[in-house]
Amino acid sequence: MAETKPRITDIGPPDYRQFLPPVIEKNYGQWKYHEILEPGVMVHVAERGDKVYTVRVASPRLLSLDTIRFYADVADRYCGGHLRFTSRHNVEFMTTDADNVPEIRKEVEERGHLVGGIGNSITSMVHTQGWVHCHSAATDASGIVKAVMDDLAEHFTAMDLPAKCRIALACCLNMCGAVHCSDIAILGIHRKPPRIEHDKLDKICEIPLVSSSCPTAAIRPTTVNGTKSVDVIEEDCMFCANCFTVCPALPIADAEADGVSIWVGGKVSNARTQPRFSKLAIPYITNNPPRWPEVTSAVKNIVDVWRQDARKFERIGDWIERIGWPRFFKKTGIEFGKEHIDDYTHAGLSFQRTAQITHVDWD
Amino acid sequence: MPKEYKTPQLDELEKGPWPSFVKEIKLAAKNNEMANDVLGQLEQSYDERLGHWKHGGIVGVMGYGGGVIGRYSDLPDKYPAVSHFHTLRVNHPSGWFYTSDALRKVCDIWEKHGSGLTNMHGSTGDIVLLGTRTEKLEPVFQELAEAGFDLGGSGSDVRTPSCCVGKARCEWACYDTMKACYDITMRYQDELHRPAFPYKWKFKFAGCPNDCVASIARADCSLIGTWRDDLRIDQDEVAAYADGGLDIFNDVVLQCPAKCMRYDAEKKTLEVDNESCRRCMHCINVMPKALRPGTDTGAVFLLGSKAPILEGALLSSVMVPFVNLDDEEEFEDFCDLVDEMIDVWCEEGKARERVGEFIQRVGMGNFLEAIGLEPMPEMVAYPRDNPYIFYEMEEEEELEEA
Ligand code: HEM
Ligand code: HEM
Ligand code: SF4
Ligand code: SF4
Ligand code: SF4
Ligand code: SF4
Repeated sequence: MAETKPRITDIGPPDYRQFLPPVIEKNYGQWKYHEILEPGVMVHVAERGDKVYTVRVASPRLLSLDTIRFYADVADRYCGGHLRFTSRHNVEFMTTDADNVPEIRKEVEERGHLVGGIGNSITSMVHTQGWVHCHSAATDASGIVKAVMDDLAEHFTAMDLPAKCRIALACCLNMCGAVHCSDIAILGIHRKPPRIEHDKLDKICEIPLVSSSCPTAAIRPTTVNGTKSVDVIEEDCMFCANCFTVCPALPIADAEADGVSIWVGGKVSNARTQPRFSKLAIPYITNNPPRWPEVTSAVKNIVDVWRQDARKFERIGDWIERIGWPRFFKKTGIEFGKEHIDDYTHAGLSFQRTAQITHVDWD
Repeated sequence: MPKEYKTPQLDELEKGPWPSFVKEIKLAAKNNEMANDVLGQLEQSYDERLGHWKHGGIVGVMGYGGGVIGRYSDLPDKYPAVSHFHTLRVNHPSGWFYTSDALRKVCDIWEKHGSGLTNMHGSTGDIVLLGTRTEKLEPVFQELAEAGFDLGGSGSDVRTPSCCVGKARCEWACYDTMKACYDITMRYQDELHRPAFPYKWKFKFAGCPNDCVASIARADCSLIGTWRDDLRIDQDEVAAYADGGLDIFNDVVLQCPAKCMRYDAEKKTLEVDNESCRRCMHCINVMPKALRPGTDTGAVFLLGSKAPILEGALLSSVMVPFVNLDDEEEFEDFCDLVDEMIDVWCEEGKARERVGEFIQRVGMGNFLEAIGLEPMPEMVAYPRDNPYIFYEMEEEEELEEA
């Protein structure tokens, strides 16, 4: 009999201490200040004078092993074999030798990976799986991100904005990208309830499980032409696709009805103003692959109007707070409609409950 | 020899300055059938504007209830190599630091057993290994374990905790985020691998109020660094910024949300009313050489944020205004408090109810009572403005009798 090795379980993640570059291990907790030297490059200076240069590099996030090995090779050549990734999917190469910075830049740029994303710029988009991997997707994720960032790449490689601008995308309202506090959020939406394939539902799904999967209790058992199936109360459905997750006989995706919505003005940082949610700007744009031109131009328009109109330090939400929502809609030319007015619990809190009004000429 | 797909739609996404995920899929597809079929199926999705994945049944590795997401193509006859396309979440090291060797080990395992496609990283933080077959899960898991890696969370469990770079490379870190993240992850291994909660529970550790990991919006349990004593000011550097052309009055003093700074333009000195300072970080962000957080540092402990599903989005709110996570004893107290919260939520929470929603349902006052925390004004933006107070008469009567 073959010898069976004992199974290894519950070891947890590798201890990060084994991965720290020596200069970081040595100056852990002893950093004094940092400076941004040029777009995408910063230096951190320690109390004892040691310096570490960081080059931040854009990545498509969806990576082949070739590219990860390329990163590893760059790390070996210039960074003593160490590197890190950021919370927004960029790669950071850290070196103690300033002369390595242009070399790293050259290598990654030759491979088509931009350097930037530090300071008052647009960094990489947090995003989700889309058609590459998820069953609930109302749109693709990687494709829109690529098209939007192609349009905004000039703001990744420069620091020419009034403040930081964080853009994120989630391909359905489950929001694996948790986009709800972004300066600009792109959110995939289904607009039709699931279609019910009565003929196969009972054969491939467990009806009690299907009913209980619906967060709004919109699904009820029923009988159709003598076969057990379910009913969906359409007014109660908020298109979350949970039912499809447990039952493939309830497809929800619909090429004509699916698309994206755009939200603005959220932030998570506490600097100056408090963290806040993104608010609805554009309720629906149809899916137009491969490059979603209506989405990219809508995002670029918002960025451009903000960039020209905002004061220094104003994130998109801070800017809107100062000029007021009427002027936001006026300046961006985005149409305001019924969808913009909240009708969920506590909706009243979002109504304008004051006579302080900025008068906008709508004609 | 893998099939060759024509991909006119996806080819459009190889153009332009931003690095292209299509190039990545094509690189992987050169010597991997699964990646090649992903390419074919994705092109079809672009043509039809519809996804072609389905969920189906629970897959995983023995003894674990999480860490693997089952995925199948709904066109298995056309794209047989992705008839199974399960994803593994692999718990990343704190701060996403790696050595090239460690990364190469993960690559070699995934080359042998998977699609060769990854996300570095998922939005929660894990290394995401995209796509393999059911029978490959156990070998991948064991080879990863031999290389020192373990699976992350999925389902109703502790999700993979994450943190900002913190003390490793940021002068503003008010506590050791990477250590706290690692220690918490190790402490909750069982809860991470064996889902037994009403729903998911996320930890995120940010070293200061800039919150580079978005913990206030994306974690049930948000630890955000802060300080209690005075901002440190180096007046020589203040003068140097002024001489360098920084408009200290407009760019720093007027932007302060607490209106607690005073600048003497003649002497080029800056004064802060520290009792009023809200620790927002703005002035420090603008003048990092002149201003720094104080030295009595720790974290604000906030609870309850989540994305909209189901009852609407929430931001985390203050539970404890200051905890010192670098102190072993206080770290233990913090963990005990978290255990207490999790116990109450597990006991009383409904299925698929995040702790933030649970608190909304039972009332913050009752939740605080159940976990044994005293109400404090720091917990609210303002006191109640409606008169629907639930007076607990019985207790008052008991008091009178006593
Ligand atoms: C020493 C200084 C800083 C360091 C080392 C640092 C580090 C980081 C890193 C590594 C990321 C991920 C970035 C990326 O992938 O592009 C990040 C994101 C972020 N940073 Fe910083 N940061 C610093 C200063 C600031 C400042 C000054 C602010 C705000 C005024 C800030 C607010 C944020 C926010 C809001 C995010 C994005 C979080 C998200 O939405 O995921 N950071 N930071
Ligand atoms: C079965 C289809 C799904 C797939 C393929 C999927 C995929 C993912 C992935 C890969 C991540 C990142 C994981 C990581 O970094 O560890 C993630 C995170 C997340 N998922 Fe999903 N997910 C699915 C379903 C859902 C559902 C049904 C919900 C909500 C009801 C949901 C909500 C989230 C949230 C809120 C996050 C975390 C965002 C954050 O950490 O900021 N996902 N998902
Ligand atoms: S956001 Fe929705 S569609 Fe996108 S990966 Fe998450 S669950 Fe799937
Ligand atoms: S899509 Fe969501 S809300 Fe609609 S029926 Fe299915 S589970 Fe219920
Ligand atoms: S959250 Fe604060 S301490 Fe952490 S990396 Fe960002 S700026 Fe630094
Ligand atoms: S940290 Fe914020 S609140 Fe405190 S002095 Fe600076 S700008 Fe003002």
